[in-house]
Amino acid sequence: MIDRARQAAAKVAEDVDSFIAQRSTVAVERTVLRLLGVDGVDPDGVPLPNVVVDAVHAANQLTKGIATWFLNGLLQTGLSAQELAQAVSAGEVDLLTLPMATGEEILALGEQVASEQLGKIQANRKQREQIIERVGDAPMPYVYVIVATGNIFEDVVQAKSAARQGADIIAVIRSTGQSLLDYVPYGATTEGFGGTYATQENFRIMRKGLDEVGEELGRYIRLCNYCSGLCMPEIAAMGALERLDVMLNDALYGILFRDINMQRTLVDQAFSRMLNSFAGVIINTGEDNYLTTADAVQAAHTVLASQFINEQFALRAGLPPQQMGLGHAFEMNPSIEDGFLMELAQAQMAREIFPDAPLKYMPPTKYMTGNIFRGHVQDAMFNMVGIMTQQGIQLLGMMTEQIHTPLIQDRHLAIENAKYIFNNARHLGDEIEYKPGGKIAGRAHQVLAEATEMLEEIVERGFFNIIEDGMFADVKRSMTGGKGLAGVFQRDESYYNPFEMQLRKQLGLAPARVGVQA
Amino acid sequence: MTNDSTEIRTVDLTRVRPYGDTMDDGKVQLSFSLPVPDGPEVVEAARRLAAKMGIAEAQVVHHEDIGENFTFVVLYGKCQHTVDVTTIQVPKVEAKPMDFYEVNDYIREHIGRKLNVIGACTGTDAHTVGIDAIMNMKGYNQEYGLERYPEINAWNMGSQVDNHELVRAAIEFNADALLVSQVVTQKDIHVQNLTELVELLEAEGLREKLVLVAGGPRITHELALELGYDAGFGPGTLAPEVAAFVAQEIVRRQLA
Repeated sequence: MIDRARQAAAKVAEDVDSFIAQRSTVAVERTVLRLLGVDGVDPDGVPLPNVVVDAVHAANQLTKGIATWFLNGLLQTGLSAQELAQAVSAGEVDLLTLPMATGEEILALGEQVASEQLGKIQANRKQREQIIERVGDAPMPYVYVIVATGNIFEDVVQAKSAARQGADIIAVIRSTGQSLLDYVPYGATTEGFGGTYATQENFRIMRKGLDEVGEELGRYIRLCNYCSGLCMPEIAAMGALERLDVMLNDALYGILFRDINMQRTLVDQAFSRMLNSFAGVIINTGEDNYLTTADAVQAAHTVLASQFINEQFALRAGLPPQQMGLGHAFEMNPSIEDGFLMELAQAQMAREIFPDAPLKYMPPTKYMTGNIFRGHVQDAMFNMVGIMTQQGIQLLGMMTEQIHTPLIQDRHLAIENAKYIFNNARHLGDEIEYKPGGKIAGRAHQVLAEATEMLEEIVERGFFNIIEDGMFADVKRSMTGGKGLAGVFQRDESYYNPFEMQLRKQLGLAPARVGVQA
Repeated sequence: MTNDSTEIRTVDLTRVRPYGDTMDDGKVQLSFSLPVPDGPEVVEAARRLAAKMGIAEAQVVHHEDIGENFTFVVLYGKCQHTVDVTTIQVPKVEAKPMDFYEVNDYIREHIGRKLNVIGACTGTDAHTVGIDAIMNMKGYNQEYGLERYPEINAWNMGSQVDNHELVRAAIEFNADALLVSQVVTQKDIHVQNLTELVELLEAEGLREKLVLVAGGPRITHELALELGYDAGFGPGTLAPEVAAFVAQEIVRRQLA
């Protein structure tokens, strides 16, 4: 049954993959510029990668890839990447009217710059490995908590306090609405709504803070951010350059829950995952969200089906299972009789179906009320399932879920709860065999059968069609609806992206079918 | 010591204070963090703070270093203040409670056509848990959402809906009611958002023609009325409460 499900998911991803390979987006092209070394903003605060890409896109010339124009610009002007972007922004250079170098010259420069820049990312990856070797690593499940003060400097204080109490992964929640910005804000930020903006400087500040406290504690503290929304690949590049360790990065989440156009998200996720893969970043997928809109008992199979699809998309972007933090959640109504058995069944099922993946397990949120005392017990039940089924990443529930972003003591109590249960029941999972034909095994088989059926139906009806019909999360999205479609374009035969080319080579992927094959 | 009285003391509603295990004992529990390293000084500081809050005989039952020079404190004490409950008046949603069937019967009987209801999470808020619980077919806690109501055309616009977009949708859909959800907020952005919608509806001459409802963890009926809404629903509200109010309000104001 598992093989059947996996084959169906592979077929789904394959069909979509050929669609993806013919396209690129403004976000992918901006990422190319960032990787080439363009950063900063113009006098109006617009990021230079946007300024340069928008100018070329407005003239309908992006189909060759921004690299073609920009590398030529470097050759013709002799400027550095940053200087050239500034000159374009100031109106001193028009990339489209410069004399053109030969294809070979552009390719040679592209290859050289891409090797240099990807070398930096590789060095970050090495550095992570070295630090872990020196200071040590935490056992799984990693304890994952969020900080969300809106001020990056305050976030560092909260994050360090959390790390001292036992947090292994710190996620800086983004400001509400950042996923819908078609640019990445710049510089250190001290104000946000319900979170802190993801900027490269903020990444750097938090990385430094966590490295400091990690050295002191003798435990590498991982940093997580959100590689989703309209700037997915740009955030991936920034994260790779600043040694982030974990990134939320889902193939479907933006489509379903942020109403981002599906073509845009699918193309963006592919390139962002190549970068995440190369940088050694663990991605987290967002299946848990299905259960907040749909019923957690009835929709359990959609989570599993989506995990299979996310796995296949990830493999096609060169991401190994060890970096796939596939998501699921403990979201059933707590008043259901034997609900715990079903939660346990599903968590164990995910563990067995994806044995090498550091599964990301999400806490109860939908049925958290203002009753913090009951909420603390719900979180304890969730932690018990987490340790019994050896999840990879345990995103801790907060007793104050639904009330406010976590206060310092909320996080303290949540970590204490998890640490107590993880330690007290550390090897419980090893001692348990599930009764054949019992309630728990029966539930797992039922969910797997339903997921398999769903995946086979998707193959039959086509991935894009079932999204249009609302098969996932009860949300319907059309092929041409949603935000960001204007930023998607077809590559022409001469499309060039030196980073994609090298990443495909290094990750062992087939060359893209249009352009970038040189 | 003997006591002749076999009765326990009853509450005096003009002078109410918290109850632990004896009437009027004033028992409260409080927990918070102080930006001070753990030690005897923190315990004393917490006790003094409690005293300033009107909490006598404060007992710090737990204090713990939580890193970066912060200390977590739990304390119990006796609240010295009282309130007069007999003089309190809180605006409540004035609608007869109805279940799923009663709401649909009521609409059929008193309105005679289907109601058009739009739900949306406005502004930059991406948290649809609340609006989904009210709108979605499956509903929440064994209560169907409005999409399941045969006498309601429900349209859930989802999250991050711009106020202008919502007003356009209201016109296009010929909406009888708008349900606006605000969950995540910082620096009272939800109030600005809710106010802006009222202003836009007034500018379009629509405000009087429809029922406007706000919902979310920080929304009370009183706040909603203050902001120019017809009703406000807090956390834990289920679909029939909202549907019953909308239907009865439409009849009361003769909007249909």
